[in-house]
Amino acid sequence: MPWRRLARNRLSFAALGAILVVTLAALLAPWLAPYDPDEPDAAAALASVSVRHPLGTDLYGRDQLSRLIHAGRVDLLVALSATAIALTLGATLGAAAGYRGGWVDHLVMRGVDAVMAFPAFILALAITAALGNSTANVVAAIALTHVPIYTRLIRGEMLKARETEYAEAARTVGNRPHQIVLYHLFPNCVPPLIVQATLAMGFAILTVAALSFIGLGIQPPQSEWGQMTAEGAGYVVSGGWWLVLFPGFAIMLTVLAFNLVGDTLRDLLDPRMRGVR
Amino acid sequence: MGFGRYVLHRLLLVVPTLFGVTLISFTLVHVLPGNPALVKAGSLATPEHVAAIERQMGLDRPVHVQYWRYLTGLLRADLGESSSTGRPVLEDFRQRVPATLELTLASLLVAAAIGIPLGVLSAVHRDTALDHASRLLGVGGVAMPSFWTGLLLLYVFFYLLGVAPPPLGRIAADVVPPTRLTGLYVIDAALTGHGTALLSALHHLMLPALTLGFAVMAPLTRMVRATMLEILESDYVKAAWAAGLPRRRVIYGDALRNALIPVITLLGVIFGFLMAGNVVVEMVFAWPGLGHYAVTSLVTKDAGPIQSFVLFVAVMYVLVNLSVDLLYGLADPRIRLR
Amino acid sequence: MSELLEVHDLTVHFATEDGLVEAVDNVSFSVRPGEILGVVGESGSGKSVTAHALLRLIRPPGRIVRGEIRFEGADLLALPEARMGAVRGARIALVFQSPRTALNPVLTVGRQIARLYELHQHVAPAEAWRRTIEMLTLVGIAEPERRARQYAHQLSGGMCQRVMIAMAIASSPRLLIADEPTTGLDVSIAAQILDLLRALGRRTGALIVLITHDLGVVAEACDRVAVMHAGQLVEIADVHTLFKRPLHPYTQALVRSIPRIDREVAMEPIPGAVPSLLAPAPGCRYADRCARVLEVCRRERPVLRAAGASHEVACHAVEVESGTAVR
Repeated sequence: MPWRRLARNRLSFAALGAILVVTLAALLAPWLAPYDPDEPDAAAALASVSVRHPLGTDLYGRDQLSRLIHAGRVDLLVALSATAIALTLGATLGAAAGYRGGWVDHLVMRGVDAVMAFPAFILALAITAALGNSTANVVAAIALTHVPIYTRLIRGEMLKARETEYAEAARTVGNRPHQIVLYHLFPNCVPPLIVQATLAMGFAILTVAALSFIGLGIQPPQSEWGQMTAEGAGYVVSGGWWLVLFPGFAIMLTVLAFNLVGDTLRDLLDPRMRGVR
Repeated sequence: MGFGRYVLHRLLLVVPTLFGVTLISFTLVHVLPGNPALVKAGSLATPEHVAAIERQMGLDRPVHVQYWRYLTGLLRADLGESSSTGRPVLEDFRQRVPATLELTLASLLVAAAIGIPLGVLSAVHRDTALDHASRLLGVGGVAMPSFWTGLLLLYVFFYLLGVAPPPLGRIAADVVPPTRLTGLYVIDAALTGHGTALLSALHHLMLPALTLGFAVMAPLTRMVRATMLEILESDYVKAAWAAGLPRRRVIYGDALRNALIPVITLLGVIFGFLMAGNVVVEMVFAWPGLGHYAVTSLVTKDAGPIQSFVLFVAVMYVLVNLSVDLLYGLADPRIRLR
Repeated sequence: MSELLEVHDLTVHFATEDGLVEAVDNVSFSVRPGEILGVVGESGSGKSVTAHALLRLIRPPGRIVRGEIRFEGADLLALPEARMGAVRGARIALVFQSPRTALNPVLTVGRQIARLYELHQHVAPAEAWRRTIEMLTLVGIAEPERRARQYAHQLSGGMCQRVMIAMAIASSPRLLIADEPTTGLDVSIAAQILDLLRALGRRTGALIVLITHDLGVVAEACDRVAVMHAGQLVEIADVHTLFKRPLHPYTQALVRSIPRIDREVAMEPIPGAVPSLLAPAPGCRYADRCARVLEVCRRERPVLRAAGASHEVACHAVEVESGTAVR
């Protein structure tokens, strides 16, 4: 019954396509957006969808479609940077902990435990609040809450590999340089890292959106999907649906796409991680 | 006895974790820009006045002394003061915790009441339309930001259909809240037989609970489904069936009962999601709980409430996880009787 | 002498993601009253699937494609499911492989047996519990009252096996199928279990089908033996004949591969491996491993033919050599 595999793959391809579309749109935003996202147009303020403004306009008459496309850049950029930083930092810490063991391992794991004692979003909120409202701080906050994931992952792989590599090293004459061990061990870690990073992208986007929604993080005039939703929230009770529907939908679509691709990657790259389908 | 040691071990582990939590929450606020003494003194205060308040608040002491004061203060249940409300944070908490608790419990109920049966049916009728639909819902649900879900529900049920109340709080403005016994309006109204309040409270609880419940439902459904599938394939389910027990009874009796045990462990994770979701959902529906309190304090850079909120959530998270571990140990005889 | 159980052309397929697995292919055999039938073969030979099929425990993606199972005058495969529920556990009982995993970890073992009494014999819980304790004593468990309140993980492998047997014979079934009852057990415990099964068989008059990969078990406990390979039944004979005069090349190889304590023999492993049951070749599935393979073997599946008193073999080479080949 190859049907299930095919269907799953088609969905994943669609998801991959969605990610590409979103990324391209973000990259080409200045050329793709029909209007200047910050350009007000009082005459067309708070207008619903129309041919001129396919996604409507906001209080200032700014075209929502253009704002949406530009906002996508911020979301993707924040998620990407946060994930990259978390991955690098987390992997390094995990490698150190797993490879060296001893007090290094102990210290790192205590730190991981402390970070994981907080629900991730709450911690990101607290860090952003502490450091101040800026894009960089949001990136740092999200990155910090994601570090434990990668630390644990790499540490686990290191511990597993250490058993075999050391056994071999013990048998061979002379010491293996640390570099070789890392070169051997790291390729093993890459597949699960990629899977986690992909899935983490989704979480990162949801986090930055939620933070911006409550007023932390990305500040105007920079637009961001969550922030756009917040701006439109007040109008829902009086019937203004377009300001809320589209940014939120953009978030959902992008996160969904990353999750689907991540799940597929997990199935393909690491059968061990495969749960019951 | 094995289990006794297990309990003790878990309890002991909690202590350093709690320590770490207080350390982090103290550090965070210590880094907070802005001078709390300045905020408290007001913008018209003289530098001497600010300095006096700084001394009073202990802000001129070295960091570790401040931490110690903070820690001992915590043990005395002194959470500081809120610069914006002017009241002790503890007071504000006392007022707001029940609101958040009510929302959290209601959401958990929604998530469990829909999520668990959905997961079970999904597993029992694997690969049918129901299964695919529920998995789609799960995958989609996880991707939907909770503020979006809430706002969409508001639009549909309040604006379009008119069945939901405006997002103005826990109870209609013209209804007197029930006498405070637990602080949970629904329970209190039921206990005091206050019909109008009960209905109004439920009415207002509806959308927020649905929003938050839906947000945490997905991982629950997925896990119930996965566990159930695993168990349905297990030898003992087959053996029970082979012994003549009707298949229905085996599935909804044996299999389900076994499947629910690991679900207990998920409750800790779900609690974390609920706490996070609370912040957002309370803002969307103007629900006067802790999350709302925290966010409004953030805007005014009010240190006390933020710090206490973060600490409270973290401590609760740790305690919930501990309780979950212990509960799981009790439920699974393989751990209870080592 | 009428057989109590007759199986004709039982065929079971599994639809997997990689294709159709033909796990059991036209298996036919019968069990006579008062005898213990051993079903022997390597893992993957379809023994367990056959056992499960007898109780109609095959669920999607598995399917019983065709066959007839005559038991107590009825064809089990034609019964409505409701009637089948009355057969399982009550008329035919199955003792599963790996007893510990076949017991529910969160119910006491006593409860798992007692509820069967409540179900099949319609007795009250108190009476069911009393019978459970009785049964536990019967299967040789010491301190039955204490053990009955314990959970599977607190019992040894041997005890779990006894509990499983207790569950199986709780309602005095007519046919008891024991799937690998001694695997994973200590040799002395295994011997006790076999003795127990034999004693129970004699005592209750139940027919016993013993599934195993261990020829030693077969030699010790069985009266007749059926040999399976890759889902096909290749030979069936009484136990003495099978060991003294095996006819099928596979049986011969199996017998030859048993280590012997009384004389020096070269232990010959069977060449090759069990062929994949995924879209298998037509014809005899032993063909690729067989020293006496003929051209017809790969084309046509051999059918069980009589080769002596209560001795049947499915092999073209045997037919040719004994001159009984049709072609």
